[in-house]
Amino acid sequence: MQLKFKDYDKMSNIVNYLRNYNGPAVKIMEVCGTHTMSIARSGIRTLLSEKIKLISGPGCPVCVTAINRIDEIFELAKRHDTIIATFGDMLKVPGSKAGFNLSMLKSQGANIQIVYSAMDALNLAMNNKENEIIFLGIGFETTAPGTAVAIKEAAVKCIENFSVFSMHKYVEPALRALIESDDFDIDGFLCPGHVSTILGIRGFEFLVEEYKIPSVITGFEAEDILVAIYKILNQITGDNPSIENEYLRIVSYEGNKLAQNMLNEVFYPDDDLWRGIGVINKSGMAIRNKYSKFDAVKKFNINLDFVDKSTACKCGEIIKGKIQPDECKLFAINCTPENPIGPCMVSSEGACAAFYKYLRF
Amino acid sequence: MCLAVPLRIVEVNGNDAIAEHDGVKMKIRVDFIKDVHIGDYVYVHAGFAINKLDEKLAKENLELFKEVADAAKIQGL
Repeated sequence: MQLKFKDYDKMSNIVNYLRNYNGPAVKIMEVCGTHTMSIARSGIRTLLSEKIKLISGPGCPVCVTAINRIDEIFELAKRHDTIIATFGDMLKVPGSKAGFNLSMLKSQGANIQIVYSAMDALNLAMNNKENEIIFLGIGFETTAPGTAVAIKEAAVKCIENFSVFSMHKYVEPALRALIESDDFDIDGFLCPGHVSTILGIRGFEFLVEEYKIPSVITGFEAEDILVAIYKILNQITGDNPSIENEYLRIVSYEGNKLAQNMLNEVFYPDDDLWRGIGVINKSGMAIRNKYSKFDAVKKFNINLDFVDKSTACKCGEIIKGKIQPDECKLFAINCTPENPIGPCMVSSEGACAAFYKYLRF
Repeated sequence: MCLAVPLRIVEVNGNDAIAEHDGVKMKIRVDFIKDVHIGDYVYVHAGFAINKLDEKLAKENLELFKEVADAAKIQGL
């Protein structure tokens, strides 16, 4: 299959239009952290008219993980018989103690293994029967179905030394919380392409049906994003808010039913704490009782704390689109990718890390 | 975090499969894909295929780029 998704000639027309755009000033939020990175890396912001502002949203799972949860992970990692299996994104995230993270715990002797898939964590459990393997379940609807498969397989194969600390989250409740906040001023959403692959166009219809916000589901090439921005502008200037799908090649109306069923079989919606936002009702994926043997929260009596701890870091304001990274006093002075204070700088998909790498000058 | 890359299926064994790009092979799971065959392209995220890449739809996607580019050209005049 030879398909060319990078096509400068076609895009130059769209870029010209977006550069010369002189309609109403608009703020467009990219919900997904992977979009944040694509936008930063491609330099799209520098191509747009001053009247088009792109704002990063709450779609970086590492960035929205509460400080309390990070501290709770550290306690688990200190257990002598435990192996923490995690995606690499979590290694440098600080908890309430500045500069302290999983990477440091690892250097002090904690057994922390980086995995690429929840199935790798399950394999670790099968090959290390004398240890408890705790998988850190981070991510939205794109990632969580894989975790669900691992939990289900652990149950089928009776792998009793495997459990998951589920910090997985649903995108919809967070978007609703954001839209219903007092000072919400976003004019359009670039909807996350791979979450939509799972949820389908259906999963984002509420943005238009209930809130009348122009929305486009889009892919991750610069071309996808440019086309989506153009479509959002047309919806705004034509006063025709709708949910459009630009990511035709992978997103359908119904989404991936098999993945949706797997999510529902293993997880149920429960209240959850988001860094910088606070508690959002029914926004977290908790593990159903049927699989409670594999729920690290129950297995290790983790006392989940629901008070959103604030720090000097302004990540919370940034993921709500209230301020840009360089408006945080710590940005690029005390807080850098080498010495991150907050999660938006730790995660390569965080708004601060993207801003630091590509937009500082 | 929600990054997914298109890979080509080279082996299938139940819910386990091997997918490759440019000769680099990786083990993936295909629990969420109906009717997976050798030669199919799938988008892979965190070790799981999340959907097939349909060639017909991919061509429609390129058509959409062209339509939008043409419309933008007219609007930009």
